[in-house]
Amino acid sequence: MTRTRIIASAVAALLIGGGAAAFAVAWRPAIAAIEPPAPKSFDPALVKRGRDLAALGNCTDCHTVRGGKTFAGGLPVPTPFGTIYSSNITPDADTGIGTWSQAAFRRAMRSGINREGQHLYPTFPYDHFTNVTDEDDDALYAYLMTRPAVHAPTPANQLSFPLDQRFVVAGWKLLFLRRGTYAPDSAQTAEWNRGAYLVEGLAHCGSCHTPRNALGAERAGASFAGGDVDNWNAYAINARSPSPVPWDTAALFSYLRQGWHPDHGVARGPMAEVVSNLSSVDERDVHAIATYMTSVFGAPTPDQMRRGNEVLAKAKAPAVPASQTEVPGASIYAAACATCHETGRPVPYGGVNLGLSTAISGPDPRNVANIVLSGIRPVEGERSPIMPGFANSMTNDQVAAVLNYLRSRFSNQPAWTGVEKTIEEARRTQTVSLQTSPPPHNAPADPTQRDKP
Amino acid sequence: MTITLKVNGHDHQIDADPDTPLLYVLRDDIRLNGAKFGCGLGQCGACTVIVDGKAVLSCVTPVLLLDGKQVTTIEGLGTIDAPAPIQRAFMEEQAAQCGYCIAGMMMRAQALLQRNSKPTDEQIRAELEPNLCRCGTHMRILRAVHRAAQLMDTAELSPSLEGSVQ
Amino acid sequence: MNGPGNLDRRQILAGGGALIVSFSLSDAFAQDQAAPAPAPAPAPAHPPKWIGSLKETPFLDSWVRIDADGGITVFTGKAELGQGFKTAFQQIAAEELDVPFKSLKVVTADTGRTANEGYTAGSHSMQDSGTAILNAAAQARALLIAEAARRLDVPAENLRTENGAVIAPDGQRLGYGDLVAGNLLHIQAQPESTLKDPSKYTVVGQPVPRVDIPAKVTGGASYVQDMRLPGMVHARVVRPPSYGAQLIDYDAAAIEAMPGVVKVIRSGNFLGVAAKKEFQAIKAMRALTASAKWNETARLPKQEDIARVLLGLPSQDSTIFERKNPAAVGLKTIEATYTRPYQSHGSIGPSCAVGHHVDDVTTVWTHTQGVFPDRAGIAEMLRVPPAKVRLIHAEGSGCYGHNGADDAAADAALIAREMPDVPVRVQWMRDQEHGWEPYGPAMVTKLKASLDDSGAIADWNFEVWSNTHSMRPGGAGSLLAAQHMAQPFAVPAPKPLPLPEGGGDRNAIPIYTFPNAHVVHHFIPAMPIRISAMRGLGAYHNVFSIESFMDELAIAANADPVEFRLKHLEDSRGRDVIKKTAEAFGWKKGQKAPDGRGYGFAFARYKNLAAYCAIATEIEINRETGCPRLVRAVAAVDSGQVVNPDGIINQVEGAIMQSMSWTLYEAVTFNDTRITSIDWQTYPIVRFDAVPQSIEVHIIDRPGLPYLGAGETGQGPAAASVANAVANAAGKRLRDLPLNRKKIKDAIDV
Repeated sequence: MTRTRIIASAVAALLIGGGAAAFAVAWRPAIAAIEPPAPKSFDPALVKRGRDLAALGNCTDCHTVRGGKTFAGGLPVPTPFGTIYSSNITPDADTGIGTWSQAAFRRAMRSGINREGQHLYPTFPYDHFTNVTDEDDDALYAYLMTRPAVHAPTPANQLSFPLDQRFVVAGWKLLFLRRGTYAPDSAQTAEWNRGAYLVEGLAHCGSCHTPRNALGAERAGASFAGGDVDNWNAYAINARSPSPVPWDTAALFSYLRQGWHPDHGVARGPMAEVVSNLSSVDERDVHAIATYMTSVFGAPTPDQMRRGNEVLAKAKAPAVPASQTEVPGASIYAAACATCHETGRPVPYGGVNLGLSTAISGPDPRNVANIVLSGIRPVEGERSPIMPGFANSMTNDQVAAVLNYLRSRFSNQPAWTGVEKTIEEARRTQTVSLQTSPPPHNAPADPTQRDKP
Repeated sequence: MTITLKVNGHDHQIDADPDTPLLYVLRDDIRLNGAKFGCGLGQCGACTVIVDGKAVLSCVTPVLLLDGKQVTTIEGLGTIDAPAPIQRAFMEEQAAQCGYCIAGMMMRAQALLQRNSKPTDEQIRAELEPNLCRCGTHMRILRAVHRAAQLMDTAELSPSLEGSVQ
Repeated sequence: MNGPGNLDRRQILAGGGALIVSFSLSDAFAQDQAAPAPAPAPAPAHPPKWIGSLKETPFLDSWVRIDADGGITVFTGKAELGQGFKTAFQQIAAEELDVPFKSLKVVTADTGRTANEGYTAGSHSMQDSGTAILNAAAQARALLIAEAARRLDVPAENLRTENGAVIAPDGQRLGYGDLVAGNLLHIQAQPESTLKDPSKYTVVGQPVPRVDIPAKVTGGASYVQDMRLPGMVHARVVRPPSYGAQLIDYDAAAIEAMPGVVKVIRSGNFLGVAAKKEFQAIKAMRALTASAKWNETARLPKQEDIARVLLGLPSQDSTIFERKNPAAVGLKTIEATYTRPYQSHGSIGPSCAVGHHVDDVTTVWTHTQGVFPDRAGIAEMLRVPPAKVRLIHAEGSGCYGHNGADDAAADAALIAREMPDVPVRVQWMRDQEHGWEPYGPAMVTKLKASLDDSGAIADWNFEVWSNTHSMRPGGAGSLLAAQHMAQPFAVPAPKPLPLPEGGGDRNAIPIYTFPNAHVVHHFIPAMPIRISAMRGLGAYHNVFSIESFMDELAIAANADPVEFRLKHLEDSRGRDVIKKTAEAFGWKKGQKAPDGRGYGFAFARYKNLAAYCAIATEIEINRETGCPRLVRAVAAVDSGQVVNPDGIINQVEGAIMQSMSWTLYEAVTFNDTRITSIDWQTYPIVRFDAVPQSIEVHIIDRPGLPYLGAGETGQGPAAASVANAVANAAGKRLRDLPLNRKKIKDAIDV
């Protein structure tokens, strides 16, 4: 917290300066309120396109509280600067966007300004949405305006002065918002360009997968180099990917579409909701995303290829009963983990061979800690992987022993540091989620452990 | 090898491999019936017991994890003649059909009630989500957990279970 | 009853020249050896109309035994499966005998002690066994009074009974135990009984707490899984990876060298291993599985295409109902096809059995639904006379039909024979139960009907395509072990189950009155997937189809679904449950559900001869995800004279939850070789997330009327009610089960 506070103060000082200087450009006019349009006034084909776009944009994830009404907002998003609540984007006139015209909606997407003319905090990723075309914005608008209106006031953000003053966001925008629509690269295929348009725009992959600077903006020059979300590590998905087996287009497509891949395991954590949404959209769009991302990953180096083939060969070899050495983590692994992870039953219903696990080769132990403690919960009524969590049966020391053992046995990376602290933190956030999560009565297919109060 | 396991307040010297899941030690070595084999995969909750106050799936918990910990099974809560509040509550609500899942349900509910004596209906449902019931006794299980919370709260003796029939 | 203590509560029984170890699961079992063997006897000349299983087993002491000390034991050939009828039988007997409820014991299915009542299935227990006990108890009481009258020289009509004794006008008491000297009750039942006036009932009709629950909630030994006999070993079977696979090779030596392993058992394609401790057996089973090589030959049909596959198979077609009235003319015709996938019983506890082979007699403790037919199958498999096999029922996890119970019993018998004198406990693993149990069959129904100018149904056409709904043993070929062993037994030819109860055509004949009706049963002998009886048999899908289609017709006729049903229903008891449900639910004509929700209604009389049930439901659908959720359900049931109202409510509540899970979620999955739904990841069922806010069950009691089985009556109506509510909420009709999130999402217009 202390470190965060210092950064926050520095940011505040900077933003006050920047904000004041930018005051001239900060002001935006309100756009006149309209009567909420009748759902029947929208072309059904447009609405349908909007539905797919909303899924590609993963809108529900932030704008729906677990167990709450879809798009009614209210999800607390913790940031280093305080807690910001997602807004109600149902067509409710009082608490949602019912009085927003199409122009107001386009402006919010393009410039991060609400109908009243206030700047929106960049937790709403308009740094990406600015790339979305007017046509797509209009389809999204048609879709959202035909949803059931939900009266749900958005809770007040918990930010300290001066960050609670929205005009300071104008300074941020001056520094970090590059307005404009996506410019196609004529050297690339149409599919690649479609993928780039989606990834850099509506799908806003970089929001999680790109590291952020002290001001909370995605770091220039570090696109897709790995970021943080909800106490999970969003892996680097560029040349620095920690995946033991290099990704290719086919694997990416299959992973994004069905939520798992035999060489990479099962999507979980916040990514689970992303793939759940992608399962319902036009598969050509998913393929386009996979195509573009393959070029972002870049061709694997000979070293990466060799390593990938090695772990694949090991994983496909007949399971050897795990030896019980004196290493405490080894015996726990053999007794508690290997019974599912070494049965040879294929992913996703058999545990992935941990040599293939990106988490274990990842830069920090957060994801493994989360998954060992919380497991993977079933999705009501759907075929979905289940992994029991071990939070109640293992002490922190035991979890640490397992994590250290997994790291040494299943990756070629140096030992993690701060494993104990990571486990404590993972346990703390898990406890919060267990105590406060009502059942997700109408949640989408979502095995996530995401902390949604 | 011999391991020591503390179950229902008693120390047991067990001759078992340390990788043996707790479930089999409870059933095979200590001869307790409460924890049930349902899937052996941590998917159904029939094997749920309490370890140090928390609900644990005994079928995926090797005993080597339990050094120095206290294990409680349904047998450790009470008896037919002196049932614990949660046992009384399940009897009073007649919250069983075949009953195979019930001991696991009760142990998970007991762990919840020990840390939250006044859970909401939503909290009970969320807590019991790992446990499956195939007979469809869910409504009664929910009622029984609410009743158990009240019984623990008031700790008063209820009238005879037998109601009006002698 | 508590804990492992009852290990020692066993007795050595002399029987059939063999030493039989009788494990006592309850006090009821812990009695002496002089159990009456069911005496074969000709049926009475004029079998009474409502006398249940007394028809087949007429001796009174096959049902009720009174000892000299006044102890009373009631015997039933039915198996307690968690329905709670053991308690209900005790109520019936206590009531008719005028003894305190707690003074009785009930002994359930045991080929050595109880009547042969076939299977515990089809909601027959109350109708058959309950009725037999009712009459046997009433006649026993009459005999006791007659004996007292003789001894006291007082007219029988001046005597009364109370608290286990006959009481004379002068207050003299003769205890039942004193009166039963000799073979007083070894006598054939009379066709008529003098039954107690239901208005005088004090025990029957009361929600007496179930006798089995206290042990189940305190860790008592309640299930066959809890049996521990001295010297018992733990066995596991290694099943083939797919139907018909041939065992090529396995490493017996390596497995037998593993710690605790006692024996590897192989007979043909049957492979098993026994070890001293349970986890040793599991480890050995895993190693044995890894070492076994199989030649797989199965060619399973395409799962997504199963309806078309079924329609393409040869069938034996019979018109099972025909009514013609040319005066009725249909003007508007609609038709629809409904399908059901294979569905799994999905018992929470995988099947288990304990076998013990001593001096050429094999005893098996099993949670089978039919100890006698299963004994016949096992004896044939072992190639010994039935007298050399004894099956004793012990409770298992709820089965809801023919699950792995009988197969596990056969496994135990086969392995126990290889290990004489050693008790063998066979426990199936989760993937074995899910992968090898005989499923509820996939079905297809095609409906076509016309409305006349008044909006009434003028003609009705119903066709159902289905396999049989029972491949239960009787013959050895029904048992997996017998199919897999060396010198195997062939799977017996399937037979359609006869009407009026029927199998695939159960409830295919509409209970409504239509001027023209034509119902055809297409019985399909070929079974691409292993199937058998599952709760409700064909009634689940037929009622789902009929009652969905009734709603489609009501909508076409612009009529209220409840009114539309009443318009076509003459049966007054049926009308009563419909009205009761509608009233309790708050059903109003033309009422629109709140946004995102839908109301549904459905009705059936199970088998058209058992309990009546109407169910109304409210469903919520998430428009973005398609996720359905049952919000509430209201049911009314008429099962004749009520014995234990709470027992009926418990059964119907459970039926609604279970049928909702079948209907919204469940389908067995398979690829071209193997079953792929082998655990709860791949065969999801309802969890607490989806439990409704409330389920209300109302009972219409019919004092003095025959008991009507209620255990399965909810399955069909619950399915159709949920389907109708989904259609109401989504604005579109879904006809292919399960009505899962994805199908609903695809059906909803954005």
